Amino acid sequence: MSAKPASAKTPATAHRDSKGRPVVAVTGLGIVTSLGQGKDANWDALTAGRSGIHAIERFPTQGLRTTIGGTVDFLFDGPFSAPQLSEKLAMLAAEEAVGQSGIGRPGDFPGELFMAVPPVEMEWPQKQELAATLEGDVDYRGLLSAAASQRFKAMHEMFLFGTVADHVAEAFGTKGSPISLSTACSSGATAIQMGVEAIRRGETKAALCIGTDGSIHAEALIRFSLLSALSTQNDPPEAAAKPFSKNRDGFVMGEGAGALVLEDYDHALARGATILGIVAGCGERGDGFHRTRSSPDGKPAILAMQDALADAGLSPDDVDYINAHGTSTPENDKMEAMSCAAVFGARMARLPMSSNKSMIGHTLTAAGAVEAVISFLTIAHGRIPPTINYVTPDPAIALDVVPNRARDARVRTVLSNSFGFGGQNTSLVLTAEPTRS
Amino acid sequence: MKHGVVITGIGLASSLGEGIDTHADALAAMAAPVVDATSFAPYPIHPLKVLELDRQIPKKSDQRQMEPWQRLGVYAAGLALDGAGLKDDAAAKAVLQVIVAAGGGERDHAVDSAILTGLRGANQPGAFLNERLMGDLRPTLFLAQLSNLLAGNIGIVHGITGASRTFMGEEQAGVDAVRTAHARIAAGQAEIMLVGGSYNAERQDMLLLFELGGYLRKGDFAPVFERQAAPGLITGSASAFLVLESAERAAARGATVLARLDAVVATRSKRQPGAVEAALRGLLADLGPVAPGALAVSAATGVAGVTTEEAAALAILPQARRVAAGDLLGHAVEAAFPVSVALAAAALSKGQAREAVVTGAGHWRGEGAARLVAL
Repeated sequence: MSAKPASAKTPATAHRDSKGRPVVAVTGLGIVTSLGQGKDANWDALTAGRSGIHAIERFPTQGLRTTIGGTVDFLFDGPFSAPQLSEKLAMLAAEEAVGQSGIGRPGDFPGELFMAVPPVEMEWPQKQELAATLEGDVDYRGLLSAAASQRFKAMHEMFLFGTVADHVAEAFGTKGSPISLSTACSSGATAIQMGVEAIRRGETKAALCIGTDGSIHAEALIRFSLLSALSTQNDPPEAAAKPFSKNRDGFVMGEGAGALVLEDYDHALARGATILGIVAGCGERGDGFHRTRSSPDGKPAILAMQDALADAGLSPDDVDYINAHGTSTPENDKMEAMSCAAVFGARMARLPMSSNKSMIGHTLTAAGAVEAVISFLTIAHGRIPPTINYVTPDPAIALDVVPNRARDARVRTVLSNSFGFGGQNTSLVLTAEPTRS
Repeated sequence: MKHGVVITGIGLASSLGEGIDTHADALAAMAAPVVDATSFAPYPIHPLKVLELDRQIPKKSDQRQMEPWQRLGVYAAGLALDGAGLKDDAAAKAVLQVIVAAGGGERDHAVDSAILTGLRGANQPGAFLNERLMGDLRPTLFLAQLSNLLAGNIGIVHGITGASRTFMGEEQAGVDAVRTAHARIAAGQAEIMLVGGSYNAERQDMLLLFELGGYLRKGDFAPVFERQAAPGLITGSASAFLVLESAERAAARGATVLARLDAVVATRSKRQPGAVEAALRGLLADLGPVAPGALAVSAATGVAGVTTEEAAALAILPQARRVAAGDLLGHAVEAAFPVSVALAAAALSKGQAREAVVTGAGHWRGEGAARLVAL
């Protein structure tokens, strides 16, 4: 979309946030995880404390230290690549969100697309297809000659970074140049943040923000395993992800997608849309400390949360619930708990904070969007999904993690955290619709 | 638009060497490119001129933990920060927002080849693959592979604690990175940003991806707009980073302004014959009239069809001097548009023209354009 200046005149009746900016409403939500497709299936499972983690059957796991994951296995009959699954997940979540919002017309979404997509590269089955055409030992020269035959043309498009977003843009008719982004494990939150910024700039009245990740294959799992980032407590699978527990030993990879239709509040009101909530504030901070480890003092995470609250014009006391990053790695959960204590002080002991990852695993690129969708469901239902597998509390982490059972509570304001490798820290402040009491 | 956006730092490194002067001089003279037609024959490439890495990445441990595309990008980012006078400005680096246009990390070609060979005779291919990957992949490979780790390394090496975002999606990632950085400053959402990209052309895995689609030029070098007989990309190792700043902030600190970045626009055409030309014409129209003597830097790829359409779109600007960045340093994919904007800004800063437009149409998707003005 061409960069066009915001409309010069603001109607006198226009709603503005505490900083005089357009208010960013949410009018559509969609979700797919290992627990199922759609908001209802996911909400039922999440509030029942059910886990979507299971033994991996997609590929052989012999010889691997970790053999479990929150794979989404109900969408394809035959084999598929990570970008194909990521695209399918994104399409399904977006269909649900756009359908709920009622915005635009089918194939004509009146706004921009911001997508968190996993990095892609050519996968082993495809490389093996090329190799099968060669005589003798395989090398890249041989693979190049196989590629030059032009018999494998479809693989080019499949493994471009921009393809998933391009296909989604085509299917939904989003406007402008679609963004494919990565901020590692905070990508989904960044996609939402970019939509918020574009609406606040007046550049677009609506944004389709999606985080998707369907990239559990052998090499992806092995790479995380080699970093000692994954839980190896494979049996039983559903007990492996145990955020904030003393015996937590790593995260469990998950798959899924979350989609949100963001909309200028006045635009949504004018068309009579149901407002599901508000993205009130965003905060992000870099961490120049280390490539995989967070600053031991938690400073960037603290600042990201404080920035998000300040951006929303709210104080820590306004927050009713924290949707934790809560990966179940020893380091993240300790750092996050400490950072939250720094932001919320003594209140932290009774401020509920739970981790959806205890049930769906870490959906990586998608996590920020998936968990934002769940946060809005939490607001809508007045019920907080639990942190399951909380059997052995970590005495060093004094938190109300909403252990094991969902809890009814009035939730109007949620802080949702996402932290990622490479020093990425993003926090979102998500609130109820302003007029809803 | 509330705020003017100016360029106060340019970091450029490529097959031509490094720095503003080297690249502005090459652009003025249309110097012959540095081409290696043998190492990856039949695919010519433009190899990076060896960098003295210690000058921008002092710690060997940092150098070791990066791949070539990351070292190149961190180096160029350092040049941009130096040029803008920000390297030692901790306060600025705490608010500096970074947007990087990035691809993915490099495969270990030897490991891949050995595994593919071994898989042929394996009784249990799945178990064989697991065993070899567990044993042969470097644990740190993943970090070198993650797209957002170029931004992460820029943060670590140069001490930037502002937030970073990484855009992916080939050429258009570079367009959207510059577009978004500009938009955020113009709207007052940020005051200062570091934006750019980095591409290492000297790797077979990327050649393989492009060759799968038949997008590579074979044989010798030919200028971008003269490849009709054998169209295709000639990729080049290159990186460009720009420090963008609100005009007020730059003025307040007395920074040297190299050029003003007036507008950046982008679109996604449905790729049918004529669509790219129409899209670029539309974007150029959005940028407004172009004065005689302007510079028109094209990030054109050289692939069939699209390149001809870009030439046709640029033909509406006969008053401008057309330069293909690819003729100087090759096609740098995600970095191609940032490199072209950096070349234009370098030329303007040297008084080679009063204004410049930059265009780019991705080899597969995406179109973008920018307008720069000398100060």
